[in-house]
Amino acid sequence: MQNTTIKQHLMKAFQQNMRLDGRGLEEFRKIEVELDISKTAEGSARVKIGDTEVLAGVKMIISNPFPDTPEDGAIMINAEFLPMASARFESGPPGIESIELARIVDRGLRESKAIDVKKLCIKKGEKVWAVSVDIITMNDDGNLLDAAALATILAVKHTRYPSFDGIEVDYKELTDTPLEITKIPITVTVCKTGSYIFVDPVSEEESNIDARLTVTTMQDGNICALQKGGSMPLSLKDISTMVDLAAKKAEELRELVK
Amino acid sequence: MGYSQRLDGRKLDELRPIEAKAGVIKNADGSAFFRIGKTSAYAAVYGPRELYPKFMQDPSKGILRCNYSMMPFSGIGERVRPGPNRRAREISLVTEKALAPVVELGEFPNAVIDVFIELPQTDAGSRCAGICAASMALADAGIPMKDLVAAVSVGKVHDKILVDLDYNEEAYEDGPVADIPIALVPSTQEISLLQMDGEISKEELMQALELGRTVIPQIIEIQKKALKEKYAIKDDQ
Amino acid sequence: MTTHKSALLIKEKDVVVPGDELAQGMDYLPGQWTYRKGDYILAERLGLINIEGRAIKVIPLSGKYVPKVNDIIIGKVIDVTLNGWRIETNSAYSAFLSIKDATSEFINRGADLTKIFDLDDNVVAKIINVTSQKLIDLTTKAPGLKKMIGGRVIIVNPNKVPRVIGKQGSMISMIKDATNCKIVVGQNGIVWMEGEPKNEVVAIKAIRKIENEAHISGLTDKIKMYLEEQKKQYAL
Repeated sequence: MQNTTIKQHLMKAFQQNMRLDGRGLEEFRKIEVELDISKTAEGSARVKIGDTEVLAGVKMIISNPFPDTPEDGAIMINAEFLPMASARFESGPPGIESIELARIVDRGLRESKAIDVKKLCIKKGEKVWAVSVDIITMNDDGNLLDAAALATILAVKHTRYPSFDGIEVDYKELTDTPLEITKIPITVTVCKTGSYIFVDPVSEEESNIDARLTVTTMQDGNICALQKGGSMPLSLKDISTMVDLAAKKAEELRELVK
Repeated sequence: MGYSQRLDGRKLDELRPIEAKAGVIKNADGSAFFRIGKTSAYAAVYGPRELYPKFMQDPSKGILRCNYSMMPFSGIGERVRPGPNRRAREISLVTEKALAPVVELGEFPNAVIDVFIELPQTDAGSRCAGICAASMALADAGIPMKDLVAAVSVGKVHDKILVDLDYNEEAYEDGPVADIPIALVPSTQEISLLQMDGEISKEELMQALELGRTVIPQIIEIQKKALKEKYAIKDDQ
Repeated sequence: MTTHKSALLIKEKDVVVPGDELAQGMDYLPGQWTYRKGDYILAERLGLINIEGRAIKVIPLSGKYVPKVNDIIIGKVIDVTLNGWRIETNSAYSAFLSIKDATSEFINRGADLTKIFDLDDNVVAKIINVTSQKLIDLTTKAPGLKKMIGGRVIIVNPNKVPRVIGKQGSMISMIKDATNCKIVVGQNGIVWMEGEPKNEVVAIKAIRKIENEAHISGLTDKIKMYLEEQKKQYAL
């Protein structure tokens, strides 16, 4: 819920190109990444952005292809906003926030064509691999979106296939074959409060944004997914500025995936 | 022949390597991480806080509410569907019962203490790891408690009584297996979690429980050390 | 028959956790957050040991704020009802501020109470009653008790509030003087402040440092030096 008092206070700081925690408007908090945080997943990662912490784990699943795309494997992204991560989150089926987050991450990964779904085909029309990513929030202090997208690409990039003898998967044995990733999509959310544009909001800032634009870009700077959020509309000029900033910050984040 | 050598080379009374840390989830009022072998558990405590709907409130004392959940990628085999299933709900219930004897709920009429347990990876013994983490998280949250609680599985594989079965031992096929997760309140030496599946004689059961009682103090020491580390007065510089 | 000898098993300022044995024998007395079990005194809560004569108690280092009569707290208005305001207190329970305890002025029936305190307002209030069922009543009818306009709040560990305030308010005065921020510390761990953005950052860093190092000896001098360093760094 928005709070006019805090919002004014935030903007007073923004006016001096400063955040309530002392950061500049275009500055991320400290980012820490850790790979292989779950031995039972085929790929996994932890991302911390300041006090925000997200885990992503990949399970490789044998499934049936869709009849209209008999050679294509599947990508499935699910997000759980655990009540462990914030007093704000409740137990129960995924709420709209976690559904939106999962879909934004899904779109970034899918549309970047980072995973060649044709290579997931085992037997045309019968068996394909499905790459199933579960995103788990551990602690929410804003910007779950960028943390989730980063954890996802890290986990996917470090995924190895489990043993498969043509009939059954043996999940206890990981092979040396990695899931092939051809591109690295990076997602950055740019926020707008009043006339101020900034990245990586903490919770207090996030609940007082007028609009946000989540931009997923690739190495060459091209955009592969967008999502506008927040209740206020954006001008073309805003969009141009926000996309530029997202692309610039994406280059910094990309270093963490190399 | 019998079970002469444990599959991972441990002694019969030897626990898998344990790692514990307090204060791992910033937003929570208390939290902890507990790993034993390849089974890891996070626990976060929120509360005491107001309990809604109101009809669930108890005017004489607070309510301890535990929620055990496996992350979808934490199973040893296929993906686990997220959300509560019958198994998770039962484990949540026995976890509450395992912890309740030490938690002083009289201080918090009408309120609830929520304990969320989440497992990122499991290799048997997940409910016990969850209880160990939860007990630390409650202490970290400053909840009044008579004692810490620690839990581990004991049991029988083929002809041997042993502690801390891993997945391969639970799945042992050349002889009978009994898996008995227990929790202990050290100051009273009482058992607050006891379940079993498999096959065992009464004498062997008592032997297994006795073995658990002698091993659990090792876990308690690790829990205490981790909690004290978080709060140690660092008089450096 | 053996004669029992009493022994202290811990020392002053030790960190203890529930179940720790603190003393053996009947010469020692169980104080707050400890209990006797047979021949032993055990800790009942995580905290620091404090020994006074024969009494051993545990000073909590964590845990939610427990409302006490006469405490001055900062709460947030979460509901406006027909006869007053519901206030979030950063404890396990919310509190109620009734019209009659809010102001000495006459309020017409059916008046718009949001004109006095609106949703989300931060209010400095005093606790005047806590029932056994933890129903809490507040008053704002005394000097200094009022709605805080503007600014922001941060939450600190309520168990560390006495250190943040310092003896006779010495610590918080030092921070206010160094940073030129207006700061009000509620016993419930809610801290309201307002100042220039840079100055607030320094004030918060100092408060966090006190919170983290609350039990170190010579804390006041340390914080004084820290504030000087930070003032230079941020060019205050």
